Amino acid sequence: MSQISLPDHAGPVETIWHWLYIFICAFVFLFLIAPILVIVPLSFNAEPYFTFTKEMMSLKPEAFSMRWYEDFMAKEIWQRSIGNSFFIAFCSTILATVLGTLAALGLSRSEMPYKGLFMGLLISPMIVPLVITAAGIFFFYATVNDYIPLTGTYLGIILAHTVLGTPFVVITVTATLSGFDHSLTRAGAMLGADPTTVFFKIIMPLILPGVISGALFAFVTSFDEVVVVLFVASVEQQTIPRQMWAGIRESISPTILAVATILICISIVLLATVELLRRRSERLRGMSPG
Amino acid sequence: MSELLTTVDGRPLKAALASAERTKRIRAVLLVMPLFIFIFFSFLYPIALMLYRSVENPLIAQHMPNTVAILENWDGKEVPGEEAFAALAKDLVTAREAREIGKVATRLNFETPGLRSVITGSARSAGKWKPPYKEKFIDRRKEWGDLTTWVTIKRLSPTITSVNYLAAIDRQYNVDGEIQMIGSDYQIYVDLFMRTMWMSIVVTVSCLVLGFPIAYMLASLPLRHSNLLMILVLLPFWTSLLVRTTSWIVLLQTQGVLNDLMVWTGIINDAQRIQLIFNAQGTVIAMTQILLPFMVLPLYSVMKTIPPSYLRAAESLGAHRFLAFWRVYVPNTLPGVGAGCLLVFILAIGYYITPALVGGQDGQMISNMIAFHMQKSLNWGLAAALGGILLGGVVILYWLYNKLVGIDRLKLG
Repeated sequence: MSQISLPDHAGPVETIWHWLYIFICAFVFLFLIAPILVIVPLSFNAEPYFTFTKEMMSLKPEAFSMRWYEDFMAKEIWQRSIGNSFFIAFCSTILATVLGTLAALGLSRSEMPYKGLFMGLLISPMIVPLVITAAGIFFFYATVNDYIPLTGTYLGIILAHTVLGTPFVVITVTATLSGFDHSLTRAGAMLGADPTTVFFKIIMPLILPGVISGALFAFVTSFDEVVVVLFVASVEQQTIPRQMWAGIRESISPTILAVATILICISIVLLATVELLRRRSERLRGMSPG
Repeated sequence: MSELLTTVDGRPLKAALASAERTKRIRAVLLVMPLFIFIFFSFLYPIALMLYRSVENPLIAQHMPNTVAILENWDGKEVPGEEAFAALAKDLVTAREAREIGKVATRLNFETPGLRSVITGSARSAGKWKPPYKEKFIDRRKEWGDLTTWVTIKRLSPTITSVNYLAAIDRQYNVDGEIQMIGSDYQIYVDLFMRTMWMSIVVTVSCLVLGFPIAYMLASLPLRHSNLLMILVLLPFWTSLLVRTTSWIVLLQTQGVLNDLMVWTGIINDAQRIQLIFNAQGTVIAMTQILLPFMVLPLYSVMKTIPPSYLRAAESLGAHRFLAFWRVYVPNTLPGVGAGCLLVFILAIGYYITPALVGGQDGQMISNMIAFHMQKSLNWGLAAALGGILLGGVVILYWLYNKLVGIDRLKLG
């Protein structure tokens, strides 16, 4: 029996409190989800307005249209931005996942010296304000540009996004490893497997859900990042968030709502994947399936 | 006498164990190293570079070497003599030929507004002049007869300077070399830091007030119900920041959904539409929604570990439901409250995107000013100093978070 259900002997004050509590919670959940609830239907608005028209409220089919999606498909700049975003996010995700997973494996070993300090430093890109990170990277790229051109290049953006994505990989993989039974590794070694075999045959399959979750976090981080892109990218590396940023600052065209809806669909898919992986991971570690 | 324990091949057991431990330690470090080196070069070093920028000041010493050398022995009591003006003329002409005069003028102008035109104007004329220079300079621009101009040049002579940090807290040196507040018309940064703190506190408190009830509901419902509601917390967490910020504009603007709804239901009439966004209010509303999941998740994970039997025990001992909740349950949630509040506050204080898009005039935060000086005014030294102060605050809070909560306890979904 849950704690929040009303007991049978509840008096009127408690009953009012109870319903007030339910109402407050409903309001907060609505507050959380409102931006998504509003933007999706409005992206199908046949008129170039950012509000529900009378025709939309009465659900007339002619009030809805795909014109903003067609506009998105037709505009070369959006197509290029989406290509750039996927390319940059894909490359930085791979880098972040490899580096972050290795580090998490090291950090979760009991022999690791100065564990707290290293963990703190490796997570810090997530905590340091983005503007400061972007400013630092801007100065750094400017000083090394003569040797390695990084400002206004794909490589520069990918490296910066990798920095921002690694903390998520480190955190999720470390969390997965916290329930890892190290006697499995020893058993593997005792049966004659070398460390590489142990890693790929025993450790990897067990921590894979965590690794994939971390990779998805890193992907989303890069896919949604705009500050670093504003500071060090050139027009050539135009990404979706930067194009949206420009659109919001100048005059919002309803095309942005269509793009936003597409991004919401992507985040739903990613969230569902991560949830499934989390449950699988908990099952593998013998915890109760959530 | 006890026999020394050895391994099969005759090594003392203690030494063999120590060497095995060492190998393991090295292996662990080797796994961490690639990421550490990467983070060092592409994050820690760039941040250090930014901090160095905040105190570095090479321009004047580099492009006005003669003037700087003469001013070194100047007492700063009155306008220097002909010697200094001769050096100035030489430096200005050289700097102009090297096309660096604009940078020098801009740097001095950050310190004493108005000096840009004085420098560039005099540099244009100085090439045609013959000694003595002093009178010609003062004739051309009367500012050269002003002590402030010379004090400014002397103050910016050293290559390491504190002027950026002073400027970042609305202070400057006066003519006598004492630190004082700048004129009240120019004071903006202290207020901005205060406003940033204040807005972050408001956002944190709002997140706690809104997050506590739903975290409690999530923690006390049976899993199959709470999982469904959890999606409502996690979905915004996964949704693009820009998407959410756009939706808040659509929702809150005067011709937006919320105002339409209020007009339609008759709460307000069409002429009374409320300005809910492009001000501090808009920033707080949008940031609260964006950071709420960072409050709910730590609260939830702490509440999940509080046994419901505690509350039942308190009630069976005679406590009223509310008293039991307040005296038994709430104190148990404090670790989660602390973790959530610290995390939300740390993230809020450095926020940039949302205030920039929905903040309007009075909803801007310190990050927006840093970006402004990086991209528009190009006063990089000041931007770096503002960043340095903000970073200092965040590092202290992060250290506190790590000490109280433990960074390894950070969970994402």
